[in-house]
Amino acid sequence: MITERELDKKFGLEVADRYGGEAIRRCFSCGTCAASCPVGRFDSRFNPRRTIRMVLLGMRDQVLKSDFVWLCAGCHTCSERCPQGVHIPDIMTALKNMATEAGYTHPTLAKQIDLLKDFGRVFEVEEYDNKRRVKMGLPELKLRCEEVKIILDKLGVNS
Amino acid sequence: MEYALFLGCTAPIRGKHYESTARKVCEILGVDVVDVPDFACCGFPLANASAEAAFLMAARNLAAAEEKGVGAMMTLCSSCAASQVHVNREIRSNRKVMDRTNEALAEFGKHYTGSIEVKHLARVLWEDVGVDAIKAKVKRDLSSLKIAAHPGCHYVKPGEVHDCFDDVEDPKTLDELVAATGATPVSYEDKKLCCGGAVLGFEEKTALAMAKQKLDLVKASGADAMVSICPFCSVMYEANQGKIEEAYDVEYGMPVLYYTQLLGLALGVPEKELWFRMNSVKPSEMLAKVVIE
Repeated sequence: MITERELDKKFGLEVADRYGGEAIRRCFSCGTCAASCPVGRFDSRFNPRRTIRMVLLGMRDQVLKSDFVWLCAGCHTCSERCPQGVHIPDIMTALKNMATEAGYTHPTLAKQIDLLKDFGRVFEVEEYDNKRRVKMGLPELKLRCEEVKIILDKLGVNS
Repeated sequence: MEYALFLGCTAPIRGKHYESTARKVCEILGVDVVDVPDFACCGFPLANASAEAAFLMAARNLAAAEEKGVGAMMTLCSSCAASQVHVNREIRSNRKVMDRTNEALAEFGKHYTGSIEVKHLARVLWEDVGVDAIKAKVKRDLSSLKIAAHPGCHYVKPGEVHDCFDDVEDPKTLDELVAATGATPVSYEDKKLCCGGAVLGFEEKTALAMAKQKLDLVKASGADAMVSICPFCSVMYEANQGKIEEAYDVEYGMPVLYYTQLLGLALGVPEKELWFRMNSVKPSEMLAKVVIE
């Protein structure tokens, strides 16, 4: 049970102001997204139609602190079919960004942020990898990329 | 045709056989490949934390390609293609976005004027090389092989971002590329199903359930092997196949080749250089159906 007092009416507007979020208000809950979603087929916690409704109702904490916010695969099956032109994967990305900014960063994402700052990639390139690459006739990879760390630090992206 | 080869994170570490065979088939088909050591992650995984930072990472790679003096970039990974193509499009279509991006890139002395074309390797093969040119170079007979092509999501979607070069609801280009090798592309249900790769780190069980569904359907189609054009799709179907078999008490033994391995086989690349020994599910039965000199 949730009372109106607990709703944050500005939540929907904030999401609409994010990149790709502007069309969220056009959603008329037809459910094409939920019916198309390959994640929702296997995990009922993830439902794009319900998520959009929750955002528009202002259920900030219930969305940003949820497990399901991380489950969008970004496959774009929904957005290709949405009759209202809602960019659902962009909205899910905005929600993940807002969850991260609010300090609810998923541990896997936190680990990826650390890897990117250290190596500029989401995998560490070890000496072994380069040795193996050279053996196969492939060029060695640079072990680090400082510029990625500069981008992340400048924008305050932290694990 | 000259392309800066964008390796991404997964292919050069977990898909060296993909990278190696991609380079080989490009050489045979006259696609010149240039390495840009300055390339880093495309930003795709980071978009979860900050879409803005992810955007700048992709822009940084475009600037690095431009700096190298090439006109185009070719990716091995479908998600790299989606992020690099998307960011390139945004920068090229909006002067304000370009200016803001360059302000940020100036922090480390980079600049991007918007001169790069970005495509996935498979799109380069289909669009720039062409099915007929591939057919003309086929040296081995693969007509005994039935292949289930997995186009994946970001190779074609969002359609608008990729100039709608393929049909998002019924992607055909990868099947046509398979047919160009002489093998028969088999049709199977749910061909567009996402591999679940983007969910793997967040909810493994859900991601594996998604991959299992596809393996079930591919197995039922009677295919000798599946082909992928994305290192992360391959991680889901191949590297995780054993885990899925164990969790669900099923058996697939389904080889998952990179398209470039199949193409290399058709083009007569020596078997040793196709690195089948690096595939975790060995395609021995499939190879037994092909006459290799």
